[in-house]
Order: sequence, then C-alpha cells, then structure tokens
Amino acid sequence: MALVDKLGAGLAANGGGVILTSVDALADWSRGQSLWAFPMGTACCAMELIAASFNKFDFDRMGTFPRSDPRHTDVIILAGTITEKMKPAVQRLYDQMPDPKWVVAMGNCTVSGGIFYYDTYSVVRGADEFLPVDVYIAGCPPRPESLQDGILQLRALVKAESIAPGKRREGRYAIPGAPEASEPE
Amino acid sequence: MTLEVESRTKLLSEDGREVEQLVVNVGPSHPSTHGVGRVVVTLDGEIVTKAVPMIGYLHRGIEKMAENRTYLQVVPLTDRLDYVGSMYANWAYCRAVERLAGIRVPERAEYLRVIVCELQRIASHMMGMGASGADTGAFTMFMYAFDLRERVIELFESLCGARLTYNYVRPGGVSRDTPDGWTDDVLAFTASMRADLAEMDSLFFGNTIARGRLKGIGVLSAEDAVAWGASGPTARASNVNWDLRKHDPYSVYPRFEFDVIVGDRGDAYDRGRVKLLECYESAKIIEQAIAQMPGGFYKADGLPRLIAPPPGDAYDHIESARGSLGVYLVSDGGQRPYRMKVRSPAFCNLALLPKLALGHTLSDLVVILGSLDPVFGEIDR
Amino acid sequence: MNTEDLRIRLAELSPVLSPFFSTEFGDAVIGVGRDSLHETARELREIGFDRLGMVTAVDRDEFFVMVYRLQSRALSAALFVKAKVPRDDPRVDSLFDIWPAADWQEREVFDLLGITFDGHPDLRRIMLPDEFDGHPLRKDYDNPNVIRRPDYI
Repeated sequence: MALVDKLGAGLAANGGGVILTSVDALADWSRGQSLWAFPMGTACCAMELIAASFNKFDFDRMGTFPRSDPRHTDVIILAGTITEKMKPAVQRLYDQMPDPKWVVAMGNCTVSGGIFYYDTYSVVRGADEFLPVDVYIAGCPPRPESLQDGILQLRALVKAESIAPGKRREGRYAIPGAPEASEPE
Repeated sequence: MTLEVESRTKLLSEDGREVEQLVVNVGPSHPSTHGVGRVVVTLDGEIVTKAVPMIGYLHRGIEKMAENRTYLQVVPLTDRLDYVGSMYANWAYCRAVERLAGIRVPERAEYLRVIVCELQRIASHMMGMGASGADTGAFTMFMYAFDLRERVIELFESLCGARLTYNYVRPGGVSRDTPDGWTDDVLAFTASMRADLAEMDSLFFGNTIARGRLKGIGVLSAEDAVAWGASGPTARASNVNWDLRKHDPYSVYPRFEFDVIVGDRGDAYDRGRVKLLECYESAKIIEQAIAQMPGGFYKADGLPRLIAPPPGDAYDHIESARGSLGVYLVSDGGQRPYRMKVRSPAFCNLALLPKLALGHTLSDLVVILGSLDPVFGEIDR
Repeated sequence: MNTEDLRIRLAELSPVLSPFFSTEFGDAVIGVGRDSLHETARELREIGFDRLGMVTAVDRDEFFVMVYRLQSRALSAALFVKAKVPRDDPRVDSLFDIWPAADWQEREVFDLLGITFDGHPDLRRIMLPDEFDGHPLRKDYDNPNVIRRPDYI
C-alpha cells in the first residue's frame, strides 16, 4: 500500500495527525523520492542531461539533483559514449559511490554502442559491459522528458527493492499503473 | 598512462626553504572541464607552472567510420562531432561533398542553411557563455543563457524534429522545407532576444565580480593567435580581424550586412564578450536572410540517390561558433569517402591552453578552459 | 584571390616555388618532395602564408600523402602543400618551428597514421591511449574487435 494511501487511511482512522506505517515503507519511500545523481556526461547526451536539470525541464522538482562528487550520490547517469580510454575513469567513479547505488544508461551509446557500434576501434559497446545497469533510456539523444521518465522508473525500482529483508521481489517489479507483467511465451 | 612528472622537484622559495611542486589532475570527469578533458597541472602553491591537456577520452573513430558509410550516411556522424552546433558541422561536411561532386545548391536551400546556422551560432554561444558563467560561480548566468538556448532549440524542433542532433543540412540542400509560420516565429525570437542579451550583458559582463575574475586572465596576443592556428571568437578577441564569413565568404553571406566583432585585449573577458556581441550580428543576418529568402525547392535538382563523386579531393570550411571548421574529403570514385578529415577549431584552440595558463592560479585555469569553449566531440572526433 | 591570380602572384613572389604549382578541383596545390618540404614551407611563410589551417595525411597503399593547408589573410589566398612519404620509411620534417599550430595536428597524424615527425618537441599519442597498438587510420589496420558494418545500403 502506498504511503500516500496509508496517510489518508491513517488520518481518517485515528482522527487525524497520526500515520501508522512501518520503518521499511517509510525508508523505501524517502529513498526513492530524493535520488541525487552523478552526471557522468561525456558526449551529446550530456547536453540533454543539462537541459533536463535546468529551466524548462526542471529536475529538482523530482528530487534529483546533480552532485559533482560521487560520494554524495545515489545514481550515476551515464550520458554519452564511453570509450576504452574513459572506461577506467568511469569505473573508478562508480566504485567511489557508496552503496546503495544505481546506474542509468542514458542514450543509445551507453545502451548498446548506438551509432558507434560498427567500424569503431575505441568505443565500449554498451555500459553494461562493465557496469550493472538498472535503467536503459533509448534515444540519440533522448529527450529530457525521456530522461525524467527513466528516473521515475528508477524510483519505482528503488521502492520495489525494499530495504526490508524478505521483502525483496524476485523477477519483475510492478510499476504503478502499468499492466500486469505476463510471462514471456 | 605514463607521464613524465616533475612532482618531486625541489625548489627554493624566497626565504630559502625547500618546496615541492604539486601535480593535480583536473578531469576527465570534472564539473568544469566542459566535457571529458583532462589537464595535468603542476602547481607551485596556487600558481600554475605547467598545464598539460590530455584529450582523446571521447575519441570514437568517426573519421575511420566515415570510410565505411555512404556520403549521406556520414551526415549523422557529423552531427555528433560538434554536438553543441550540429547544424554547422553538417554544413561544413555538405559543402565539401558538394565541392567534390559538383552539386549546385538552390538559393532557397542556401538561405535556409544560413538561417539555421546563425540560429545555431546563437545557441552555441549561449552554451559557451553560460558555461563561462558557471566556471566563475555565476550559475544564474548559465540559467539565463540556457533559457535563450531552449527557445532556439524549440525553433529547431518545429523545423526538423530533433533537439540536438538535427541531420538537417544534407548534401544538395536541406532535408525539408520550413513549416508554415516558422519564419514568423524566428523573427519573433530575434526581436525578443535583444532585450535578453542586453540583460545578460549587464548581469554578467557588467558585474564587478565577473570582471575581476575574467579581465586580464589568459591573455592571448595576436601573433600567437595566428601562429598557433586559433580562429573564431578566441582569435577575434585578440584583435585578429579574421572571420570566414567576411574574409573568405561562402554561400550567400556576401549579400548580408553585418560587422565582425573584434576585441582588443585577448583575455577571457573579451572572449566571452565577443561571443555575446556576435549574437546581435547573427540576429541581423537572420532578419536579412528571412527578408531576402526566395521561393523554390529546398534540394538540388537531379541529385543522385547515391552520391559517387569523381576521384579527387576537396576541402571546404565554414565559420562555426568556435572558429573555422573544415572538412577534407578524398574520393576514389566510389560511394563511400576514401578519407574524411575534420579540421576542428576547438582542437587548435585548445593547444593554446598550456601557454595561456602559465602564471595564473588554478581557479583561473578553469576560467581559461571555459573561455576557449572546448567541445570534446569535435576535439576528439 | 582565385587560382590564376595566385599563380601569377606566386611567380612574382617566389620564382623557385611556382614550377611546382598546380590546380586540382579548383584548389591551388604545391606538390613537393619530402626533402624539400621544410624549405618550401619556410619560403611560403616568408611570402605571407602565416596560417597553417590543417595538417593531415592520406594512406594511398604504396605511400602516404602529407597534406597541409595554408592560408594568408594579407594575400587573401589559400593553398595546399602535398608531399609524398614512402610507406616503408614514414618520416617527415616537423613544421613546428615555422608554425606552432602544427604541434597537436602532427601528433594526431602520428597517433592515427604512424608518420614520425623529425624535430617535433613532444611526439606522443594524443587521441588514443599510450598503450594502444597500431595506427587505426591506416588502410591495413586490422583489429578483431572492430565489427564491420554490413553492406546493405
């Protein structure tokens, strides 16, 4: 039950002013609502990442704030092509982030190598070659709205991966409002 | 990566004590490296004694990839070169193809190319100046500049559907004609833009703190600018009167009246201010172009589906927001280029960094790097 | 100025260079041998070509062709200088002492094509990691990691 519903129910049941919830529900909710991002912007997608954080597509209203220091962040947004020369730097920055951490692969280059898949000798074909990616956002570059939607999906994922032991979901997680996940045929 | 460092060099300070120089690594991931550039800085206290830029963190092999793509398929690759200004990166490449293949571009397409290129120049300068503002801590300037840039991007989105990598300028013309009322939107934008530019001018370039942080920093002399191959606002700020639109004119630029903005001191302040004043000139050009633009088709007549130029080579260049962006194409008669080389202005401008940063503090190094306006897609290709 | 005027002007300013002048695709080209490249460049600098725009090389199987593009504001002219470099001995004189703009551009040609520049102050790789093996822009560069684009058009 979402915290918001519990809030309403709790207020109604207890005459207002008191919510009864569990620590893990509260923690799951607050972790997802404020994901600070490390903007690992290498190439063109970095422009859309900056645009997503600025005036028109304000990212701060979703609690996602770009922090330059990986030690302060929860999620690393890989925006832009990763080359073999850059790979050690990205790996080191990912390692510097404290747990729990998530990875968002923004743009075709980090999903699969994108337009640079063929004929290139220096591009890493997809960030999942060396990092555990949680959310893939397709697009070349993806619109800022796509990036924000990706962060919202990540937020659902964070809330589903509850910190309470035994509550971790195996397999697919349910995104609020999405149709029921069915088994592949 | 091995690098000869003098980090353990013992020096003698004025009072006879032994001091060490510190080697600090800035980048490749740093909020102020404007992309993935790395500078290995040797410091004596706060003063930079040596700055070695290291690039190649975004080297994707675009020149090699172009050898296995048809001439039209290379156009999206050129988008990703200077990703802050895809329109003119496309245009430089298309000019080289047209020169090689002998394609004549219709007038309407030339005017459309000029209009989008000048709009792109405004957007790119907003990014350059805004980043310069962010380097000095004036984050509001970045926000204001990005607001203007978003308005240009909206115009591009209604024109060709993309926000950043447009693939609009194609060999032979452009990819599609303007939608109804687009030119009126552009004129409304240029009319409202001037007030915003004046506000940014007084907000940032008139601010005492910005002046203190930018004036006298990274002074580039005119002789050095020419000898080191600098071009664009970086060279023009050093009193080098060199603008390809005026001094090696191409397309329909000779029909427009505009001034070349030249600074006189060659410091970071002038480099930023030249960019701002160039936006006014771009607005002038756009307004004249819209007034003069004829009707007609937006693509060349009889353009073959697969361009196969005769064997030979050609070079053509345009004035991008960073300087003279050129493309050198070698053809062997086939449908794919034999060799494509991109002459990147930001690459040549960045070579000046070791010279400009000498004797300044580390925080000034950041300001100088920002004022050189590097875009690493173009530098590293 | 156009190529005809440039030919005439070059004959006035430098009689020794004008025999090597030719026109290709509307561009003025001075073709020189590898050994006379440095003197030719110095001569052109004296005449007034103070801007070195581009340094590149093309791999033509049996040899490399070094291509330099020079521009002059005073003369309103631009021209190419091309020099053939044998493939089994890819060395050429560096033009850094004439135009410092050659610094990074020559390093890039060294990195991607493997042509060594004698007299360059700091010749090392610029785009690729130092430990990278081979010179990718050569036509015979072979790397099993490269996935070649299939030939559908």
